[in-house]
Amino acid sequence: MTDASLGDTSTQTIKDVYFAQRRTKRLLNTILLVLFIAMMVAGFRTADARNAGGFFDGFTSILDFPGDVVSEAIERFHLLPGYLIKYFPSLIETVNIAAASTLLGALIGLVLSLMVTRGLAPVPALVGPLRRVLDVLRAVPEIVIALVLIFLLGGGPIPAMIAIALHTIGALGKLFSEVNENASLNPVEGLASVGASWSQRMILGVIPQVAPNYLSYALLRFEINIRASAILGFVGAGGIGYDLRNTISWGQGKFDEAAAIFLLLFLTIVVVDQLSSVLRNRLTHGAKIGEAHP
Amino acid sequence: MTTAALHSNTSQIFKRKRLISFAIPSVILLYFAYIFVAFDVPGLADRVNVNNARTLVADIYSYKTHVARSNRTGEVSVAIEGERKGEYAPGIAPDWVTLGDDVTMVDLGKGYLVTLGPEVRFNIPGYGEIVANPGRSGVNAELPDGPVPDFINASKNRLAITTPAGRLSITRNKTEVFKYNYGWELFFFTLESPYYGMGPAALVSHALNGEAGAIWSDFWFNKMWRHGEVAWALVETILMAFLGTFGAAIIAFPLGFLAAKNFTPLGTLRFAARRLFDFLRGVDGLVWTIVLSRAFGPGPLTGSLAILLTDTGSFGKMFSEALENVDGKQIEGITSTGASPLQRYRYGVIPQITPVLLSQILYYLESNTRSATIIGAITGGGIGLLLTQAIITQKDWEEVSYYIVLIILMVMAMDTFSGWLRRKLIQGDESGH
Repeated sequence: MTDASLGDTSTQTIKDVYFAQRRTKRLLNTILLVLFIAMMVAGFRTADARNAGGFFDGFTSILDFPGDVVSEAIERFHLLPGYLIKYFPSLIETVNIAAASTLLGALIGLVLSLMVTRGLAPVPALVGPLRRVLDVLRAVPEIVIALVLIFLLGGGPIPAMIAIALHTIGALGKLFSEVNENASLNPVEGLASVGASWSQRMILGVIPQVAPNYLSYALLRFEINIRASAILGFVGAGGIGYDLRNTISWGQGKFDEAAAIFLLLFLTIVVVDQLSSVLRNRLTHGAKIGEAHP
Repeated sequence: MTTAALHSNTSQIFKRKRLISFAIPSVILLYFAYIFVAFDVPGLADRVNVNNARTLVADIYSYKTHVARSNRTGEVSVAIEGERKGEYAPGIAPDWVTLGDDVTMVDLGKGYLVTLGPEVRFNIPGYGEIVANPGRSGVNAELPDGPVPDFINASKNRLAITTPAGRLSITRNKTEVFKYNYGWELFFFTLESPYYGMGPAALVSHALNGEAGAIWSDFWFNKMWRHGEVAWALVETILMAFLGTFGAAIIAFPLGFLAAKNFTPLGTLRFAARRLFDFLRGVDGLVWTIVLSRAFGPGPLTGSLAILLTDTGSFGKMFSEALENVDGKQIEGITSTGASPLQRYRYGVIPQITPVLLSQILYYLESNTRSATIIGAITGGGIGLLLTQAIITQKDWEEVSYYIVLIILMVMAMDTFSGWLRRKLIQGDESGH
């Protein structure tokens, strides 16, 4: 039999082929790595050149502003509780903007998500166009809508609420529809067989199945929306962001109020993050946090 | 007995369910009622600026050309949007304006005809002719007999007439006619370019005759729309997202090992790494942007670093969670072949987490394109800066809508690109192992 000799050469061939494959793979990986590093370096240099202040000049002074804020806050530490109380209503407004827009966005996003899920959609012809609408809503940064609405409606929380809600509709609509796809259709069919209308089928057949996932995504959105609401305040939509901008513009020697606002914002974000993470864990209990990524 | 107990139990559960199914909507409703009052929604009706809305909407799909005559010197100028960069050269005007030595005729179409001269005449079909003699003593307008209609606003020193074809405004010093046209004015070439008003066929033939460079430069350096600057701004925004996301990933990768339970047995180190991530995320992009813009000034670098800092926190948390979920069997297998610790990481851990990490990084790349726009609007950089500048002028709404369209396209393109890359890289990775 020629098997023995053939077996010998074939292991050799396999080995050769394997090493050749590994070499090309390594070569490809190296090229990709070099390309990536070149892009990072070139990108950094471009960004540095187009920035008002250079990286290496600014690097030494990076701690100047936080240092000023912290030292002034410590210097007038006794005033801090007063400031915390003073700015608490603005904080409530920021949180309200986030909560109202999350709620509004989630409710509208829920209806839209059911309309864009194949198999559940009441008008199948609308699935494609509505998905494009959701894509566009998701693609527009909140600040764009907010700035235009501030021009039309004047400052205040309503432009911010509408802007964040629109973005939330887009984001949650997509996530919810992905959840809907995993819902079992058996209850829906059962309800249909007894003559339930579309809304009855959805409310009784689909939503109870996926409500925990909905809630979990909505909570995650709430975390994101708190940050967005603070940012929109900074461009004139009221809330804590607006106060932050004012207190910062007062300049050196008056940063203690800014410090109080930084503290409030930081605490709010941390508390909301922690609360929502605990709640989400409970909702999806069993699933590990790291895997529950959209 | 048991049936009765079961029955009462079930009806109790039903009662609770019914209560909850009514309680949740009513709580939501109550909250909205509170928001309705707290945000002063009823007062919105007073705050809505209908005029602003009208300008905005009209500006998006049309532009206006000003034909102005100074009543002191008799000089006539024609300018698009009344801007200097849209001004026609002296002696040149669009075909609906007939320039004369003393009298300029403006044909607004459909019989609306304005005669601009020392004496201004405006012929309005179905109403009659308005004659005005603006001078030191006032506008001196003569209207046709009968009550003054709504579209005319007349006083001693000012006459404003708004018709569907265009507007006429007369003051003592100046007479101005505004004509609205559909479209975005001068989008390709400004008036001083020789290629203004050429059709695509003519442009192609000019380009083939060796003028392609000149045509391109006239388009690229268009003063009205600044295509070159806009393109740079888009590049800057994407650059911010790219540098920030991948920079954060590079920094968070080793730190993620420090925060993972199965790789760092030392509790204090783990605790420190985790609190660092919490701090970076908790301080939030807005505050990082403010702090960094104080040190580096406005620009794309500030934006990149702000994204980098925030996302180092998010990535660190996610990476360490992914590392804690790593399957130990693969590492054991590698160890059993006598691999060194470095090899264990390289062949036992990295192949397992790369797909998870890459998909998270690419997901963030897309979302950071949006953040970069927002950060650019706050610190000043990229397309966000152009957008805020255009909004602040409160009249260049066609530019605002142009930028919004560009932003949407940019974000969608990044979404598609990162999705494509994710499929490509992760599939390639899985087949490789």
